[in-house]
Amino acid sequence: MKKLINAPESVVADALEGLSFAHPELSVDLERRFVRRAGTPTAGKTALVSGGGSGHEPLHAGFVGFGMLDAACAGEVFTSPVPDQMLAAAQSVHAGAGVLFLVKNYTGDVLNFQLAAELLDDEGIESRTVLIDDDVAVEDSLYTAGRRGTGATLFAEKIAGALAERGGDLATVAAMAEQVNANSRSFGIALGPCTTPAAGRPGFQLAEDEVELGIGIHGEPGRRRAPMAPASELAEQAVDAVCTDLDFTGDAMVLVNGMGASPLLELYVVYNEVHRALEKRGVRIVRNLVGNYVTSLDMPGFSVTLCRAGEDMLELWDAPVRTPALRWGA
Amino acid sequence: MSVEQRDADNPELNARFFLVWIGRIAEAIAEEKDRLTDLDAAIGDGDHGTNLNRGFTAVRAALEAKQPESPGAVLVTVGGTLISTVGGASGPLYGTVFRRMGKALGEAESVTVQDLAAAFEAGLEGLCKLGGANVGDKTMVDVFAPAVDAFKSAAGDGASAERSAFNLAADVAEAGARETIPRRARKGRASYLGERSEGHEDPGAASAALIWRALAQTAAAG
Repeated sequence: MKKLINAPESVVADALEGLSFAHPELSVDLERRFVRRAGTPTAGKTALVSGGGSGHEPLHAGFVGFGMLDAACAGEVFTSPVPDQMLAAAQSVHAGAGVLFLVKNYTGDVLNFQLAAELLDDEGIESRTVLIDDDVAVEDSLYTAGRRGTGATLFAEKIAGALAERGGDLATVAAMAEQVNANSRSFGIALGPCTTPAAGRPGFQLAEDEVELGIGIHGEPGRRRAPMAPASELAEQAVDAVCTDLDFTGDAMVLVNGMGASPLLELYVVYNEVHRALEKRGVRIVRNLVGNYVTSLDMPGFSVTLCRAGEDMLELWDAPVRTPALRWGA
Repeated sequence: MSVEQRDADNPELNARFFLVWIGRIAEAIAEEKDRLTDLDAAIGDGDHGTNLNRGFTAVRAALEAKQPESPGAVLVTVGGTLISTVGGASGPLYGTVFRRMGKALGEAESVTVQDLAAAFEAGLEGLCKLGGANVGDKTMVDVFAPAVDAFKSAAGDGASAERSAFNLAADVAEAGARETIPRRARKGRASYLGERSEGHEDPGAASAALIWRALAQTAAAG
């Protein structure tokens, strides 16, 4: 598998260095592997810190900036960062009002952030952790690690970020992130596997006429396989899975997210079908995003995330944001 | 049993013994890196071997730099380094096992097999508490729990030859790893696969078995 890399071991470091040159408004700690807003943190502002394995770009570093995250930690590809990184990131952006960790619900991320929160507590810095677990493909949470965090992470980081920017305290901002998560659901479909730089070969095999339903964002196989079908049917399956899990009748924000290797042309084809499938169900799309936001390296496919949008959430969604991957109004 | 016999039967569990053990684990992980990664590719994301190899390479460097002088200090360094360098779930889990063991052993220059058994119990307790897994969930607990039990019983009160306890525990550990094959994963990333996780050995269980075999080899050579 050909990749635009120098060596598998240096992918994350090389990309972080590139990010630092591309975005001088960010400060990149190459040694401790975290990205933060440049300059001094605003005194009294609740600090938002996230992070996770690399390979999901622009998540999370691409969402660092005014109106969203204060810092993000980059782990190895598909591997949670370590507590030292999270501690260093949190300490560097803490501005006297505590730290909110936004964590995608994967065992590795949960454990490492848990240890980081303990270390931060030892330093006398208050923190809260909100787990994002929006993926409906994981059905039986009693016998699994629980639902995975996927597209709702973007909604939570944006909306909670806007509230923190307005001076929301730690408890209020954490409650808002929880509210966003509770009102969001996602489902993903892959047309093929992805290849990590270290492995150099695809994570699973998929026949020409098959798709993988209910995929996560780490190249792990999904819940089951199904025959390849037109975009209309695939979009219908994703929307059906999401809307069966939670009643979205009314106003909703929608993310049609590319997994990394599907062209925008196809994502708009999917959006058209998602729009149709939602209309049929009485769901009115009041905000949307179409593009590659929570990716899985070079995986072809898409995910659909819906978020029931209350007035307060919409207003925060519309608030100015200035990050590498999301910017408007500022 | 004469003093000479006891010395021949039982290795001295000093800092050197633990450094040799950790070195053997590092070698085993490096040798088995691709197998662990292949196991992980089947039901996870295919990086278990790479991640542990990165961790134990850092562990060797940390031990070289720190030169810890007691068994407890060796294991605390190992645990802390794994937590700081591995990431994923295996970093905190293995790191916690070694750190808890190290703390249980304290500062003694040399420990008994019974001390080591108690330390393993403390490590296992930390592992279960942090990861929340039970025996049968298809995780490294499926190896650690029965191996710690076997080691503790075989070590007994120290009257019989203890070297056999190490071998017995390693055999039980390897059996525990094999027993994960038919099981359905209930924890970690493999759990997302549901029934599709059946028929594959759990990579965390496989690496845990390597740790126990390395211990038995160290005892046999010591």
